[in-house]
Amino acid sequence: MGSTLLEIRDLRTHFVTDQGEIPAVDGMDLVIHQGEIVGVVGESGCGKSVTSLSVMRLIPQPPGKYAGGSILFKGEDLVQAKEKRMKQIRGDEISMIFQEPMTSLNPLLTIGDQIVETLRAHRSMSRKEASSQALEMLKKVGISRAETILRGYPHQLSGGMRQRVMIAIALCCEPELLIADEPTTALDVTIQAQILDLMKKLNEETGTAIMMITHDLGVVAEVCHRVVVMYAGKVVEEGTVREIFEKPRHPYTQGLIRSIPKIEEDVKRLYSIPGNVPKPGSVKEGCRFAARCEHVMDKCLHSLPELVPTTSPGHRSRCWLNTIEEVAN
Amino acid sequence: MSPTQVQEDSLLEVRSLKTYFPIRKGLFQREVGQVKAVDDVSFQVRKGESFGIVGESGCGKSTTGRSLLRLIEPTGGEVMFDGHKVTEFSDSRMREIRRDMGMIFQDPFASLNPRHKVRKILEEPLIVHGIGSAEERRSRVERVMETVGLSSWQLDRFPHQFSGGQRQRIAIARALMLQPKLIVADEPVSALDVSIQSQILNLMQDLKDEFGLTYVFIAHDLSVVKHFCDRVAVMYLGRIVELADKHSLYREPKHPYTQALLSAVPKPDPNAASERIILQGEIPSPANVPQGCVFSTRCPQVMDICRQQKPVLQPTSEGHMTACHLYGSAEA
Repeated sequence: MGSTLLEIRDLRTHFVTDQGEIPAVDGMDLVIHQGEIVGVVGESGCGKSVTSLSVMRLIPQPPGKYAGGSILFKGEDLVQAKEKRMKQIRGDEISMIFQEPMTSLNPLLTIGDQIVETLRAHRSMSRKEASSQALEMLKKVGISRAETILRGYPHQLSGGMRQRVMIAIALCCEPELLIADEPTTALDVTIQAQILDLMKKLNEETGTAIMMITHDLGVVAEVCHRVVVMYAGKVVEEGTVREIFEKPRHPYTQGLIRSIPKIEEDVKRLYSIPGNVPKPGSVKEGCRFAARCEHVMDKCLHSLPELVPTTSPGHRSRCWLNTIEEVAN
Repeated sequence: MSPTQVQEDSLLEVRSLKTYFPIRKGLFQREVGQVKAVDDVSFQVRKGESFGIVGESGCGKSTTGRSLLRLIEPTGGEVMFDGHKVTEFSDSRMREIRRDMGMIFQDPFASLNPRHKVRKILEEPLIVHGIGSAEERRSRVERVMETVGLSSWQLDRFPHQFSGGQRQRIAIARALMLQPKLIVADEPVSALDVSIQSQILNLMQDLKDEFGLTYVFIAHDLSVVKHFCDRVAVMYLGRIVELADKHSLYREPKHPYTQALLSAVPKPDPNAASERIILQGEIPSPANVPQGCVFSTRCPQVMDICRQQKPVLQPTSEGHMTACHLYGSAEA
C-alpha cells in the first residue's frame, strides 16, 4: 500500500434550503492511499455523491456550504484552497467521471478537441502534440478506429464508447486520483464488464488511485481493494473488500449484503431491511440506522456510536454492538 | 379462433410476434426502413408462472411487453390470452380484456399522475370499467392499499409525498385493482435502492401466492430474474436466443450470448473467480440487423453458417430451447 493520497476528516457539507440546513455529508472520514481502489457504497441520499463533489469543490455555494472538516490531498487542504489552485488540480491531479457520459461531454466539440482542451489547459504543448497524445489516449482506453473517433462528436458514439472517451479525458494528464461516480450504472452488463476491466487495467498500469462511488455491491467486490459503506451522511463501516463481504460488522452492511439476490443461491424470500432510506438530516439523535435495525437497543436511540476499530486490522464499524463485544472480550 | 390449440395450463401464448417501427425521412416522411424491435418472438406463459424476459437495452424486451397488451400495435403474429386471440380484437373489446392484464412500469415517478391523489389513481380503473358503487369502490381501494403494505390514511396524499419504493407499491396496487390474471412488469425494481428492491420483490411474490397471479417479468438484472422467475427468455436484437427453465438456463447456458451475459454480471463475492467472457464491440443498431444470426458480429464462436442463416429456436434438452447453429441447425 502506498502513502496517503487523500484524507477526508470529519467533512460536513450542508445545503441551505427553505426547510433549514440539510447535512448531506455529516462527518465523513475517508482515507485513500496511492494506487488504491476504494469503493464508496450506499443508497440514494447517503451522501456519497456529495462527498465526491466536495473533494472536487464542485458543490455550488450557495445553497451548499462546507460546514466543517478538511479534505487533505497530499497534505493540502482543498476546503481552504483558492479557486485558482482548484482549477490547476481538477483534471490534472484529480479527475472525475460521471454516471451519464452524454451529459458530461460537450455536444458541440469533437472528441479530439475535448481531450486537447484538457491537455492544453494543464500542459504547455502545441495543438499538434496534444492531438497526437489524444490519439494515444483513445487507443489506450480500447477505442478502435481512434483516428475517426477523434474527429467525431459525442452523439455519434454509444454509451460504452462515450464512457471510454470520458475515461480518456480524465486520465490524459495522468492524475493521481480518479473519482468515478457510478461510472457503469447507465451501461448494459456486457459493456459494464468492458469498462470495469479497463479501469482495473489502467489502475494497475498507471497507478492512478480510484475512488469508486457506486450502489452496486457486485461492482465493489469486482474491482475495489477497500470499501467504505455510507448511511445518512456518515461512514458506518469500512474495511478491505474481503472483510466487508465475509465478516460485515454493521447491521446495515449485513442487511445490504443479504438483500441482494445472488445468482448462485436459491431462496424463496429475500431478506429485506424494513422501512425506508431516511431523508438527509431527518434523524438527529442516536444511530442513524436505529429505526431500521433489528438489533436496536435503548442506547442506539440516544447516542451516536463512534467509528471504532474491530478485531481485524483496518476494519472499523460504527455500532454499539461492536463496542459491547470488544468490552466482553 | 380455436382455444383447443392452446395447452391446458397456458394463459398466454405468443406466436411469431413482430413489432416493427418505420424509419421515415425527408419532406414527405417516406418510409426508408424499419426497426425490427421485436422479430418473430414466440413463447408461452403458463398459469401461475413467473416468466422472465432478460436482455440489454434495445433488445426489444419492453416492446414485447407492451405489444402483449397492444399498448404498441404489433406488426404481425398472434397473441392468445386466456383462450382469446387478442391481436384480432377491436379496440373496445381490447379495453375490456385489459381488465385481466395489468401493467407495472419502471419509473414510479413517471407512471403516476402527479396531480391526482392516490385515491383517485387507484379508483380510476374501477370507474373506467364501471365496477361497483361508490361505496364498494372506496372499500376496495382501501383494501388494496393495505394489501400492498401502505395505510389507507395515506390515500389522500399525492404521489410526490411518497418515496420511490412506496410509489412502486402504489403502481402495483393500481395494477391489482381490477383483479387481473396477468401482470406485465417492466423493470419494476431497477429504479429502486437495493434495500427497497428486495421489499418490492417479496411483495410481488406474496401477491402472486395470494391471488394466483401470473407475471411476465421484464428486467435487465440477471440475478433479480433468477430469483423471481420460473422460466426465462433471453432476448438479443429483437429475438429470443434462449428460453429455458431458470435452473437449467443459469446452470447450463447454451447460447454464447447467454454465457457471456451471465459471466459479465459482477458477483457480490470478492472470492468469486472471474472467468469472464468479455464480448467485443457493441450491440448493432436494430435498424441494421446482421444477416444470419443476430449475434454473429460479436459471437466468440462464430462459424460461416452463422453469417448466412438465421438459427431457429429449437429444443436442445428437456425444457431448454436455443437458437444457435452450434447445436445442430434446423432449416430456417
